[in-house]
Amino acid sequence: MGGYSYDELGAIFAMQGFAGISLFSVLLLMALGLAIIFGQMGVINMAHGEFMAAGAYTTYLISSLTETYIPAFMPYYFVFSIAAAFLVAGTLGYLAEFILIRHLYKRPLDTLLATWGLSLIMQQSYRSIFGAREVSPTLPDWLMGAYPATDMIDIPINGMFVLGLTIFTTLAVFYLMFKSSWGLRVRATTQNRVMAGAVGINTKKIDRYTFALGCGIAGMAGAAFTTIASTGPTTGTLYIVDTFMVVVFGGAASLFGTIASAFSIAQAQSILEFFISGSMAKVFTLLTLVIILMFKPEGLFASKVRR
Amino acid sequence: MSFVYEKLFGDKKGLIGFCILAALILVVFPVMLDSFRLNLVGKYLTYAFAAVSLVLLWGYGGTLSLGQGIFFGIGGYAMAMFLKLEASSPENTAIQSTPGIPDFMDWNQITELPTFWIPFHSFTLTLIAILVVPTIFAYIIGAAMFKRRVGGVYFAIITQVISVILTVLIVGQQGLTGGINGITDLRTLNGWDITSDSAKNLFYFINCFLLLAVIIASRFILTSKFGRLLLAMRDKEDRVRFSGYDVANFKIFIFCFAAMISAIGGAMFTLQVGFMSPSFVGIVPSIEMVIFAAIGGRMSLIGAVYGTLLINFGKTAFSESFPELWLFLMGGLFIAVVMFFPNGLAGLWEDYGHHITKRFGFINKFFDKSENTADSVELEGSNS
Repeated sequence: MGGYSYDELGAIFAMQGFAGISLFSVLLLMALGLAIIFGQMGVINMAHGEFMAAGAYTTYLISSLTETYIPAFMPYYFVFSIAAAFLVAGTLGYLAEFILIRHLYKRPLDTLLATWGLSLIMQQSYRSIFGAREVSPTLPDWLMGAYPATDMIDIPINGMFVLGLTIFTTLAVFYLMFKSSWGLRVRATTQNRVMAGAVGINTKKIDRYTFALGCGIAGMAGAAFTTIASTGPTTGTLYIVDTFMVVVFGGAASLFGTIASAFSIAQAQSILEFFISGSMAKVFTLLTLVIILMFKPEGLFASKVRR
Repeated sequence: MSFVYEKLFGDKKGLIGFCILAALILVVFPVMLDSFRLNLVGKYLTYAFAAVSLVLLWGYGGTLSLGQGIFFGIGGYAMAMFLKLEASSPENTAIQSTPGIPDFMDWNQITELPTFWIPFHSFTLTLIAILVVPTIFAYIIGAAMFKRRVGGVYFAIITQVISVILTVLIVGQQGLTGGINGITDLRTLNGWDITSDSAKNLFYFINCFLLLAVIIASRFILTSKFGRLLLAMRDKEDRVRFSGYDVANFKIFIFCFAAMISAIGGAMFTLQVGFMSPSFVGIVPSIEMVIFAAIGGRMSLIGAVYGTLLINFGKTAFSESFPELWLFLMGGLFIAVVMFFPNGLAGLWEDYGHHITKRFGFINKFFDKSENTADSVELEGSNS
């Protein structure tokens, strides 16, 4: 790190830190969905990235429709597209659970293969519908640009917006899972399916909605994703491994662990990227995670749930 | 006599299956197909090594590795590095600014051969590396994971991440590894032209014999006491542990063995196809290897070979004529095999095969005989 003064280093860390916040937000939203699906339900959803892509494509679609038919609405469409992304991805997730996943709860390794098949189908659908080229929506003006905090530090506005969205979603998920009666039923079902059924919880319905919720949040991650990069048919696969690492590293059933690990992974990668090439940053981050997980397989914040 | 025979082939049915497979790949394909197609089949059969290794590891061991591409890649790269060094002799690379090093290194302003490339000047050391490096690597991963009782889903995810790391590393370090293009332009093996048809045909047969040998070796492992323990571990790991067995060491052994088999496949791949690239290391090829085993039947060594051939024939046929449909079909196959016939082709044969054999009296007679020696244990397709 020679050649940089302390001031410059501070600015670099701050800038890369803010750049990392966008990555953190997308990773966290993805991981929240996956933490629910994988951590709570035990389903290895390899198609999770494709649900994210579904959200991103929804945003793109709404953006181009708005641009063509009601240009006056452009400044506001993004907020609606987030909701739409949630609904579209959630509906797809609901269908996937109904058609596919519900038959496989007893065979977790097989859910991996089946959802991989699902992801292939979804990828090819995107390619057939939207073409192989990467697309990105026209962002409203207020999302563009940066706020100059000091001479050397610019804060990107889209990053802040996405961060706000992520915080809101995280709080909502936290409330839903740990404070609402629905969350109580979800957790009861996870911990002991048979007993939960015996006390009158409709476990099948709970499963379906839990899966749909996880996929819906992935869709929101997709909407957030459009602000930092363009979307292609295989975008989802780029993030799926990172997302799994976030969830596993954080401790599968711990929401707080997921947040902490998404933050550390995104920031480590973003800050390292400045000093070494992007690919080596990724190698270092992932390698560190693998080594830590070898010593601490249960993740950072292991839940005390009995299995 | 019968001892050896049961150890190596399972039972009479296993022997017949083995002979049919051997006849198919050693006689039928070479007679029916032209040199180009035969080379293609040879390429598919190298994947079958990985599929067979997954039958051992996943079907019998119950541990799903999404990282067989790692070992396939290490084997392939080791062979490719040797061939590349031979192809870039100082005479051949005289126009480079540094003669005697592979061309991609020269393009990336590397002036000296990196240390880890040096052993690959020797063919013997390369062969040793192909077998030993993946095994050691698998031992490290396996020991770290299984000793801490990490298994199942977590093992699958971690092996997958390692395959991603390796791919990113290979792509990123272009000067050392050839980057995304991989190691290409391989010409000779100890001075012998490997791009000619006769060489490719010879490699095809070597490949077949190695594959058959690997199947026999795997069968030997599965019919031994160790094979029984493997099945027992898959079904009730704790009970095996409480009986006093060191479960972790068994798992490490089978993981290392599977890694070695995959690496042999990778090395044969490089020899037959003439290049090696990171696209045979990462997530997608690793998962495809799993689906080869799954389609063939995760409990059937021979089925895995058929599964590999079938999927790859399908892939080639479809991507020539309907490239768009292929991914749909492949995705559908994944889902179908998991949901409707978890034992794959071998399972279908177990369930419905006797309907077919009944149609043909002479085969029927053949099979009747084998079924009369009923006390031989059926390992094929015995899933619980």
